[in-house]
Amino acid sequence: MKFLTTNFVKCTSKACDSTTDNFPLQFNDCELIQEEQEFKPEFLLNILDRLDWSAVLKVAHDLGNDSLPQALPENVDPEDPDTLALLKDLHSLLLETNITQGEMKCRACEHVYYIKNSIPNFLLPPHLA
Amino acid sequence: MKEYVIFLAQQHPTFRVAELRALADLYKFEVDLSGHDEKSPFLIVRLENDDQASKLVSRGILSRGIYELWGVGDTEEELHQDVKRRSSHLWEKYNQCTFKFDVLAYKGKRSNVEKIRLIERFGYLDFHGAIRMKNPDQVFTILEHYTPPTEHDAAELPSKYYFGREVELSGRSRGVLEKYDLKKRKYIGTTTFEAELALVTCNLAHCVPGSIMYDPFVGTGSFLVAGAHYGCLTVGSDIDGRLIKGKGNANIKANFKQYGMPHLFMDVLTMDFTHNALRDDLVIDTIVCDPPYGIREGLKVLGAKNPERFEGKENIEIDGEKAYLKKDYIPTKKPYELDSLLYDLLEFASRRLPIGGRLAFWMPTANDNFEPTIIPLHRNLELKHHLVQEFNKWSRRLLVYVNHGDGYNGEENRAVTMHQEFRKMYFRSRRGEGTTLADQEKEE
Ligand SMILES: C[S@@+](CC[C@H](N)C(=O)[O-])C[C@H]1O[C@@H](n2cnc3c(N)ncnc32)[C@H](O)[C@@H]1O
Ligand SMILES: [Zn+2]
Repeated sequence: MKFLTTNFVKCTSKACDSTTDNFPLQFNDCELIQEEQEFKPEFLLNILDRLDWSAVLKVAHDLGNDSLPQALPENVDPEDPDTLALLKDLHSLLLETNITQGEMKCRACEHVYYIKNSIPNFLLPPHLA
Repeated sequence: MKEYVIFLAQQHPTFRVAELRALADLYKFEVDLSGHDEKSPFLIVRLENDDQASKLVSRGILSRGIYELWGVGDTEEELHQDVKRRSSHLWEKYNQCTFKFDVLAYKGKRSNVEKIRLIERFGYLDFHGAIRMKNPDQVFTILEHYTPPTEHDAAELPSKYYFGREVELSGRSRGVLEKYDLKKRKYIGTTTFEAELALVTCNLAHCVPGSIMYDPFVGTGSFLVAGAHYGCLTVGSDIDGRLIKGKGNANIKANFKQYGMPHLFMDVLTMDFTHNALRDDLVIDTIVCDPPYGIREGLKVLGAKNPERFEGKENIEIDGEKAYLKKDYIPTKKPYELDSLLYDLLEFASRRLPIGGRLAFWMPTANDNFEPTIIPLHRNLELKHHLVQEFNKWSRRLLVYVNHGDGYNGEENRAVTMHQEFRKMYFRSRRGEGTTLADQEKEE
């Protein structure tokens, strides 16, 4: 599971939809690998609009990375060398970082979902479904 | 406005106009397609310029190519007269470039010698440029439509001729179908959707580079591959983790590597569509899928069929740990109605698609007991295409919707259909009209 995907997924229990603690999930005991992908700035720019940045920071923290800026720059201009460096970092984090094994815990109901062989499993037991 | 002739594929004639319409809509220009005849693969259209012509077929799967029309005729003589009348002002423009001639025939053929003679009879165009078989500046094409008198006899001469300058060839003509042929794909399964109609579906769904596409019933990932062909970043999910995982090195991700587009694979998740993990405010540009066909074909959702049997089971512990929190825990599932699932899909799409975003899915017409088929409608979604593919004993439909948001106030039929349809089926069987749910229940 790519780091990017951690920014898109919440707890699947309907009871948790009324809280704000069901996103992002809390990542524990994760094994990571870096998988090289071609760097395409325009491609990344398309994705940036959809990110919930505070969730990016939280999950990065769970995985031991506290080096990200507190906010994304207002106008992302890939011509600017500082921005380009940031985009490269984001490329490596969002698209190249894969979680191969690990746990995702809902902060609201505390249910734990597993990631096995890079595939997250969001199925719920009947009493939570 | 100029006239162009489109050479269409013979396959899926009912889907051809829809694909052209969808591409014109995608690139936001008007085109009158009313001249389309399902029996003929040739269609004359009027367009502003070559750019529009190119856009109309370059992504095409059910078209072959588009040509600036230089002449038409029922006989060769008529064709030449028309070429001289219509296009003599264009000849000079092309008399120095490198070029070649092509002869494309529908339902007939000519020997090479005859082809050369046919081409030589265009000598009056007076082109002086060099002839190049590879990468010429221009290709001039003679399109022939033969009408064989019976299935077993060949027609001697074409019943219609078109002559034109090639503007663009389609994806089909550039070999896309061979590329995605399932026989050569690394990971496929029994549910894998054929490449041709999967790609057509993605054209109707407006899959474009830089957008996000989601398949909620992803199975072996056939729609993800088709969406990625058009540049989408793709994500899928399925309740059956085995399909997603694949076998050894054969899996969805491997298919993306095989086709040289690993960066367009985001992820596949094991999850029940009706208990969805994608956050509510995530904008998904396009949704494309082939939902499960029914209870018998594995349509399941999370939950217990007999909840009383599971009461208290959440407290069961194994080795001091709650059983449902163990890594190898497999949750129970219960059957669900296709109707309900499709309305869930429409509701989901209406919330996640941007305005103008499209949902495209295939709906089975399960069997006679379900007639007349009710097409699900949602107040925010416009049903843009409704296409039927007939098989011997059954048919399926491709439905394409456009999201217009809360202000649209379209027709909605959720509440009406479900119960009525169910009742009709149920009681028909009581009157002895074949097996339906009532009998199945008795059997169980
Ligand atoms: C017709 S198949 C689609 C196959 C897919 N197009 C492919 O390329 O293989 C339907 C899929 O829906 C899945 N399915 C059934 N119920 C589901 C649910 N509630 N949520 C998610 N997927 C489900 C089945 O496991 C099956 O893989
Ligand atoms: Zn939860």
